[in-house]
Amino acid sequence: MSYLQKSPWIIHYDASSCNGCDIEVLACLTPLYDVERFGILNTGNPKHADIFVITGGVNEINKEVVLNIYEQMPHPKVVVAVGICACSGGVFRECYNISGGVATVIPVDVYVPGCAARPESIIDGIVQALGILEQKRSAMKAGAEGVA
Amino acid sequence: MLSNDTYMELLIFLILFPLLMAGLLTLIQGENFRRAAVISGAVLVGIASLITLADSITTQAVYHSVPVDMIGILIFIGDILISGYIIFVSLKARQYLVTGITILQLILLCAVEYLALADHAHIPELFSDQLSGIMAAIIGVIGGLICVYALGYMREYHAEHPDRPDKRPRFFGIMFLFLSAMFGVVFSNNLLWLFFFWEITTLCSFLLIRYPETDEAVKNAYRALLFNLVGGACIPVAFLVIFLGQGSQYIGLHELVTAGPGIALIPAGLIAIAGLAKSAQFPFSSWLVGAMVAPTPVSALLHSSTMVKAGVYIIARFAPVFEGQIVGILIALIGGITFLAASAIAISQSNAKKVLAFSTIANLGLIVACCGVGTAEALWAAILLIVFHAIAKSLLFLSVGTVEHQIHSRDIEDMNGLVTRMPRITMMILIGIAGMFLAPFGMLISKWASLHAFVESVPPYGILLVIIIAYGSGITAFFWAKWMGKLIAVGEPQTKDESHIPRSEKNILYILSALTIGVCFGFPIISWYLIEPWLLTMYQSVTDLISLSNIEIMFMMLFLVLIMPFSLARFTHSARRVPRYLCGIPEGRSTAFMGSCGINREIALSNYYLERIFGEERLSRISVGMGIFLIVLLLNILIIGGGL
Amino acid sequence: MDPFIAAALFIILAPVVGILITGLDRILTARMQGRVGPPVLQPWYDIRKLFQKKQVAVWGAQSFFIFCYLIFIIFTGALFFAGGDILLVIFAFTLGHVFLVLGAYVSYSPYAHIGAERELIQLMAVEPMIIIAAIGLYQVNGSFLIGDMANHPGLPILLLPGVFLGFIYILTFKLRKSPFDLATSHHAHQELVKGSTTEFSGWTLAMVELAHIYELVVMLGFIWLFFGDNLILCVAAIAIIMILEILVDNCTSRVRWQDAMTSAWFVTLVAGAGNIFALSIM
Repeated sequence: MSYLQKSPWIIHYDASSCNGCDIEVLACLTPLYDVERFGILNTGNPKHADIFVITGGVNEINKEVVLNIYEQMPHPKVVVAVGICACSGGVFRECYNISGGVATVIPVDVYVPGCAARPESIIDGIVQALGILEQKRSAMKAGAEGVA
Repeated sequence: MLSNDTYMELLIFLILFPLLMAGLLTLIQGENFRRAAVISGAVLVGIASLITLADSITTQAVYHSVPVDMIGILIFIGDILISGYIIFVSLKARQYLVTGITILQLILLCAVEYLALADHAHIPELFSDQLSGIMAAIIGVIGGLICVYALGYMREYHAEHPDRPDKRPRFFGIMFLFLSAMFGVVFSNNLLWLFFFWEITTLCSFLLIRYPETDEAVKNAYRALLFNLVGGACIPVAFLVIFLGQGSQYIGLHELVTAGPGIALIPAGLIAIAGLAKSAQFPFSSWLVGAMVAPTPVSALLHSSTMVKAGVYIIARFAPVFEGQIVGILIALIGGITFLAASAIAISQSNAKKVLAFSTIANLGLIVACCGVGTAEALWAAILLIVFHAIAKSLLFLSVGTVEHQIHSRDIEDMNGLVTRMPRITMMILIGIAGMFLAPFGMLISKWASLHAFVESVPPYGILLVIIIAYGSGITAFFWAKWMGKLIAVGEPQTKDESHIPRSEKNILYILSALTIGVCFGFPIISWYLIEPWLLTMYQSVTDLISLSNIEIMFMMLFLVLIMPFSLARFTHSARRVPRYLCGIPEGRSTAFMGSCGINREIALSNYYLERIFGEERLSRISVGMGIFLIVLLLNILIIGGGL
Repeated sequence: MDPFIAAALFIILAPVVGILITGLDRILTARMQGRVGPPVLQPWYDIRKLFQKKQVAVWGAQSFFIFCYLIFIIFTGALFFAGGDILLVIFAFTLGHVFLVLGAYVSYSPYAHIGAERELIQLMAVEPMIIIAAIGLYQVNGSFLIGDMANHPGLPILLLPGVFLGFIYILTFKLRKSPFDLATSHHAHQELVKGSTTEFSGWTLAMVELAHIYELVVMLGFIWLFFGDNLILCVAAIAIIMILEILVDNCTSRVRWQDAMTSAWFVTLVAGAGNIFALSIM
């Protein structure tokens, strides 16, 4: 088992979300769910992060930001889109200012639907992301460059 | 090695030759001639001073009587001429305080000479030992280097300030006159001679500070003159004490020091006050800060490596007299408080030359503290400090001068990312700064040794000094490290542009950097062959000052620090380049970000100056107050008999 | 013990001890917050994970400075445990920290820059007390050599209560715990993102973590010196102090740097300087 799976650090970003899913994400850090048991730390710095937990439908302004944060994360990295807005735009999909989900901007590895997504689903999604992270690491080690 | 006579001729050469050069340079108008004269003069002086140094390793202190009796009278006439000139100039400038002090000093001196006529013991006038050798090497080598540097620098200076009168012949003449006077100070045994040379250095400082002929420069020149004269006035008083109290044979430095505190304490204390003024200790510090308006070679030569060292040199000479005395403790406290206060004020300064000035004052304070404590160990630290500081600080001043001409600013905030624009110069500034506060470089060794010396001496005052050094140490780290950071912080890499720097400037800087590193590696040699033998003659017993194992450790560290940069290449290409984290909204790779309302803003990062806590005005007031208190206390004690 | 063996043991064992203590630290913190906490070897997993990442940086020179930082912290620690001169150890530490500060400055990043300035302020706040502690230990032991201090038969702390208290106060700075975790901290959502370590990633960050662990061991070694050669008392003291630090960390929030610096200097003056001054006139 690789160390990436034992010590995944997340960076959490709200890309035009209503904050509902963000509150659920933060709830995972509280004593009730305590994801630090799995070594998960919420670092606010993309350069330290492995998992990009992103909520919200992404609008014009934070499209750049999402791209930027994603670029600054070192490989291997995974993206977890939390909440239906991040997956597809949710109820705001048709709005003029919403991109329609994170996948329109950066490649997403795990989709966690819900409105708001429950902490259990979020944790489940992160655990799945860990598996994908491990795959990416092996691929990286085998010589293939990570996709930017 | 050299015979006594040859040796004496060498000393006299070192005093007279620069004098001759001074006269010559005042007459030379053509730049090429001047260049040739300065370079050849500097080389000759440098070599001669190094021979003196080398010889002092093998021979014990050598005393010479100058066979010409007239010289004493000539020196007296010289004193009168200097005083006359100062009175004349200060009257014209309506600086009546200066006039008053000079007249007072002249009267005192005349009284001394009158007494000397009657009671005239025969003592050797000149001498030289290891300490003189070290000082002479500093004056000759560093002084020579700075004079050569000044050739290129002054050319650029006048190109940049066409409104300032171009009196370069006089400038270089005075620089060499100053060198001559400094050699006179360190080779004089007869204190009357020493006083004469001392006054010449004061005069040179005055003339060189006012060189720009701006109102500010003239004002600061007079302040420097005033403070140095106030201090210098104590010296004739000391002479009076000697002639009236002890006897004329004690007008010799060696005789006075070896006579012990019983006889020497009061004159030594008074002369030490002159030394305190010359080395810009509180309450006298403001003259040195004001002197920074002078051209940079002046700041480097007079106000960091040599003239101010004359002040601490004379206190170092009297250190055996001060050991264990209350007078010594007071002097040490003045030094310690100066160290702490000047370091603290340096934090709030963004003008590079003022940072260097305050750092100089602080280091001189540390040296004075060591000399005031007066034990062999403390003096060892002091002399090492003198050596390291002279070299590293002149390197820094000259580098800052070069940088100033390229970027047209003295402000540290404008030196952001200098490492990309002028990598070699930046490297040398980093070496200089590292030399000032980082282990295992030289100043660190001295700080370490002085802590060792203070803990054991004069309880409980030694501990007071220790506490002061402890606070000051962290403070010096702060302002040096943030300057280093400024130099290497790269936002947008600038184009490398070192081509406009004059050849002479660059070469001198290389030499000084090599000297800084060389002295760091070579300090055991300096210690074993020069300082410890000298201390042995002064103190008759010298404990193991620095163990072999510690030297080995320092070498290891030095080695690591110096070879590390070669691993820099390995690191520069190994990482994927990404923007700095600006919350996700930088504009490309630049140093701008998208601010609110869609406006692009440039990052502006500046150092902390902590004005509220370390502001110059507030701290100066407090320290000058404390300084005045201590000086007055010192004078009181000296008047009532020395507190033996 | 032979100095070289002691130094080698330090270099090899200090990460083990440090990681265990750091892990226990995080577990205890979690328990205090009503959580379960990570496994005790979590810091080890963190460091190993960081080595598996492909590095990103603003400038490559950052890694160079951090490498120097790590080398010098290890060197200084080795010197400490080999029984060298305590003042030299302290000054060598300063050198190491300056490398960290320079590494943070290089990137010209706002968060790293302020983090670097705060690192320097921390350095300035802490240095007087550490030097005074060294002087106090000298006064009790008659020697600056750590080798002699470690073999002191009595209890130096009995003569150095003020110095000890002052040292514990600034230990909070050194261990990067609230209320003095000004420059960088392990807690998320810092006011400065990650402060001085913001622009580091991958094995550079791993080296910073490793250096912190080495430094932790040296600081605990320092506490040891206050208890002479009393092994049981030393370990007990270290345990109690660590628990206290963790408690304070959890109960306080970060103070402004002005308050941090002035309070540290004040405590240094009253507790530390007063103590050594009293010792000198005794």
